[in-house]
Formats: sequence, C-alpha cells, structure tokens
Amino acid sequence: MVEVSQVKRLHPLQVGHAGILSVSVTLAGNATRISLRAREDAVPALSKALGLTLPTRPKTTASKGDRSALWIGPDEWLIIDNAESSLIADLGKVKVLHSAVDISHRNVGILVSGKGAAAVINGGCPQDLSLAAFPVGAASRTVLGKIEIVLWRLSENEFRVECWRSFSAYAYGFLQESARDVAV
Amino acid sequence: MLLIKCPYCEEERPELEFRNAGEAHLVRNSSIIEQSDEDFASYLYFRQNPKGLQFERWRHIHGCGRFFNAVRDSVSDKFLTVYKAGEPKPDVDALLSANALQESAPIKKRAPRTKKAEL
Repeated sequence: MVEVSQVKRLHPLQVGHAGILSVSVTLAGNATRISLRAREDAVPALSKALGLTLPTRPKTTASKGDRSALWIGPDEWLIIDNAESSLIADLGKVKVLHSAVDISHRNVGILVSGKGAAAVINGGCPQDLSLAAFPVGAASRTVLGKIEIVLWRLSENEFRVECWRSFSAYAYGFLQESARDVAV
Repeated sequence: MLLIKCPYCEEERPELEFRNAGEAHLVRNSSIIEQSDEDFASYLYFRQNPKGLQFERWRHIHGCGRFFNAVRDSVSDKFLTVYKAGEPKPDVDALLSANALQESAPIKKRAPRTKKAEL
C-alpha cells in the first residue's frame, strides 16, 4: 500500500511572503552606529557621556532607550542608536583617550524574528544559541556562512544581525534561504 | 568542529571564529643591528614545528579580535590550555599530570553495538 501525502504547492516567488514561513527576515531601519575603542580607565567617562554603563563582561549588552552598547572585545564596543541620535555629538565632548568611528553607513541591520529564529541563524553560524549559552540581551561578533557578523539576541525568538553593507546581499539571501529550511 | 576556549571571551567557541598565528613566545632582539644574520634569520624564519605539544599564538579574529596563546598537541589537535597574551609559559608537566588525573576517572563502558537490522 502506497501512501500519498498531499503537499501544498507553493509558487517559487511566493515562498517567504504572506506569513508562510514561521521566521521573518526583514531589514532593520537606519541607525547611528559607532565603533568605540577605549582602554579600561576611559570606561567611566565614556559611560557618563553615553548615558549608559558600558558592559565589561564578555557577550553582554547595555541599553537605555534606543541606545545600546554591545561588548565586542575587551576594549571594543559597538554602539547602536536611532538614526536621529546625538550619539556623535555626545562622544565629541569626551576628553579621555578613546577612538570613536562613525560606521552608521558601513553596517546593515537585519532582523530575524519568529519561532525558530535561532535555528535560522544556526543555518550558518556555529555558535551555541540555546538560551542558557546565549541569553536574551547577549551579543557577539561571529560568523554567518562565509562572512563576519555581529549577532544580538533581542528576545527569545528575535535576533539582530549586523553585517557590512557589501556583504548585506549575501547575508540577506542566506538568512532567507535558511528561513525556508526551518519548519517548526 | 573543534571548540577552542578564548581566555578573553571566557568560553568555548567554534574553531571557525579563530585563526592560527604561528609559534608563540618569539622575542625580537632589542638591538638587531648587533645580531648576526644567522641569529636574526633563526628568529625570523626558523620554527620548531614539533610533533606533539607546542606553544602557539591564536587570534579570535571573528570574535573579540584578541591574540592569545595556547598549548596544543599537534598530533591529536587537543588543546591543553589557553592563556592571555603576555602571560608566562605555563608548566606543561603540571598540566599534563592534572589532565591525566582527570582522564583516569572511570570511563563508562559503552554497551555492545546492536546487530544491524537485516535488510
């Protein structure tokens, strides 16, 4: 006896739209971004100027309003704020030694959200994304397929992927492809 | 995939995030002008490349971006320990004996493999 299972036929251009997938891959809005590098002794002054405490533990972030600081390395942070932010002016007032580079247009943000978002990211990222190892609010620089990304968990089923603009078409395509493979 | 511990990120990360950066603990002479060509060449070009334990530099290039040092067995690829750049060489004998103690803990015997189902 041969069993025939009926599979709903989808038009190839229809896949990825109209809520067919459990995970959506969308572009994040424009943002102001700063690559901040400073030694340990400059952290209090920078925190004061930014209005939030710069995280000093690995893989952690700090947020206040729209402004967030992501720990990237022992002396490196990625600051993300909304497009109309006064971030650059705020950091301009800091007198201690530091390096703040405006990378707003270097990066592109991609939001991956929905049930199974972690599996979609894991399609190309080998990090452990279980909630125990990568809790909500965790962020890290890592790899996705053949490119480097900064991954930030906004909630249990929502991630922000930051990649360089010349890699954005690859990252976007990769994540959409991966989202098609994930069935929850 | 190998998991490599980064001493700056304080956790194990997949090997794809790392890049090997050659032999560790090479010190450049402060006055190379007084050094013989042979001595400088041995600093610049010649490497130990032992079969067994070796001290290596690694870089967490797709993570925190930091260089660190590691002791790795070039035969088994097993990392004995990792430590931050600038820290002194660890005592390998002490590490090995500590490792041996850990491994001598009773290992659970695997149940005999079940016969393959006949097709």
